[in-house]
Amino acid sequence: MAEHILTTPLKDEDIKKLKAGDKVSLSGEVYTARDAAHKRLVDLIEEGKELPIPLEGQVIYYVGPAPTPPGKAIGSAGPTTSYRMDPYAPVLLDHGLKGMIGKGGRSQPVVDSMKKNVAVYFAATGGAAALISRAITAAVIVAYEDLGAEAIRKLTVKDFPLIVAQDCHGGNAFEEGQKKYAR
Amino acid sequence: MREIKAAKITEEIARLCQEANFELEDDVQRALEKAHAAEESPAGKEVLRQILENSGIAREERMPMCQDTGLAVIFAELGQDAHIAGGDFETAVNAGVSRGYTEGYLRKSALADPVRGGNTKDNTPAVIHLTLVPGDKLKLWVVPKGGGSENMSRIAMMKPADGIEGIKKFVVENVREASGNPCPPIVVGVGIGGTFERCAQLAKKALLREIGSEHADPFYAGLEKELLTLVNDTGVGPMGLGGRTTALAVHIEVAPRHIASFPVAMNINCHAARHKYIEL
Ligand code: SF4
Repeated sequence: MAEHILTTPLKDEDIKKLKAGDKVSLSGEVYTARDAAHKRLVDLIEEGKELPIPLEGQVIYYVGPAPTPPGKAIGSAGPTTSYRMDPYAPVLLDHGLKGMIGKGGRSQPVVDSMKKNVAVYFAATGGAAALISRAITAAVIVAYEDLGAEAIRKLTVKDFPLIVAQDCHGGNAFEEGQKKYAR
Repeated sequence: MREIKAAKITEEIARLCQEANFELEDDVQRALEKAHAAEESPAGKEVLRQILENSGIAREERMPMCQDTGLAVIFAELGQDAHIAGGDFETAVNAGVSRGYTEGYLRKSALADPVRGGNTKDNTPAVIHLTLVPGDKLKLWVVPKGGGSENMSRIAMMKPADGIEGIKKFVVENVREASGNPCPPIVVGVGIGGTFERCAQLAKKALLREIGSEHADPFYAGLEKELLTLVNDTGVGPMGLGGRTTALAVHIEVAPRHIASFPVAMNINCHAARHKYIEL
């Protein structure tokens, strides 16, 4: 398990170095979005309109945090299941998105788009939401406040612990890991 | 007739909704510690380490262990000699859920209408399973249930000829297909028999049992053990990244069935297997 320290925005040369199964500690800014926000972003792209967030080099974290208790930057904030975003992800990747964070595997069209666009999919530990919230030092809603937990937030993260789940070379940590331990 | 105050039910439900989300139960904690010690896969071990550290932070800071604090599923057994005073049972439970999720800064994930949406903003209504039993006590199980693991649950109306082999194949294939999505290590609740709806409910009820406990019938206790081995042999591992621990336990609940039917259901719970119990 190689270990990498990365800062957003991500560059192609950063991403090409990452192999499925590597550990990553991510710092910088990441944007949150779930199903409803993805739908709105993709609708805007299809209508040729401007997006409320930049995509170039950016990372989207699939999360709908718990409400923020007093005195904290954010409530518990672990990843949601990524496959629900699969219908939208290729469009965002075509428009400059470089990284996605979630849990569970991605489908072939997303893998193909990651290869074509040089992008990476990270797994965060599902359910480790209180732990992850400690890596988030600031959170501001930047779009779609009406969506509540599903609004788009800009998070400032420091040493967010991740594993490279699917890399831009077609490597897949789920497939490789499961094959190794199956009996 | 023994009186149980509706306000007391509200108060306890509010407390248990929070505690269930802040404090991982001892049985789950112990099973995760054991899994962490035994895990051979480096990625799997790292995931389990994070899960254990997370459980400590959640407990200390009174924060939900997972941001998906679920729909509030409540199992209740009401003694027929008890009388609920000062309000009706369902309203009392829902008032508790509303208070608990609001006071505890828990996420509200309940949509009022399944197709047209609209968040109810206080995580009500709860999913309530109420049975009437002898006695004068009220037993309550509060089981917040997240979407990720619930979505990987399945039911099959099998042929009686499918038998035990059919059950094994169904469970193992679903676990493999679910892969990392339900946040393994998981707890698998299996319902066998009954009708379509009874079977699904049995699978959910199986999740209430303490991890490490065995089915009272040695035949099903043996099947639980065998299924657990088969599930762990898939190699799915913590968060689907490969490893020795895919499930912490397999629990079976059974009911008599129709001669022509052989329903089998599996309800998956994630490692954030939240359940709290109280007797009033
Ligand atoms: S499956 Fe469980 S641990 Fe995973 S995100 Fe959902 S509620 Fe949390």
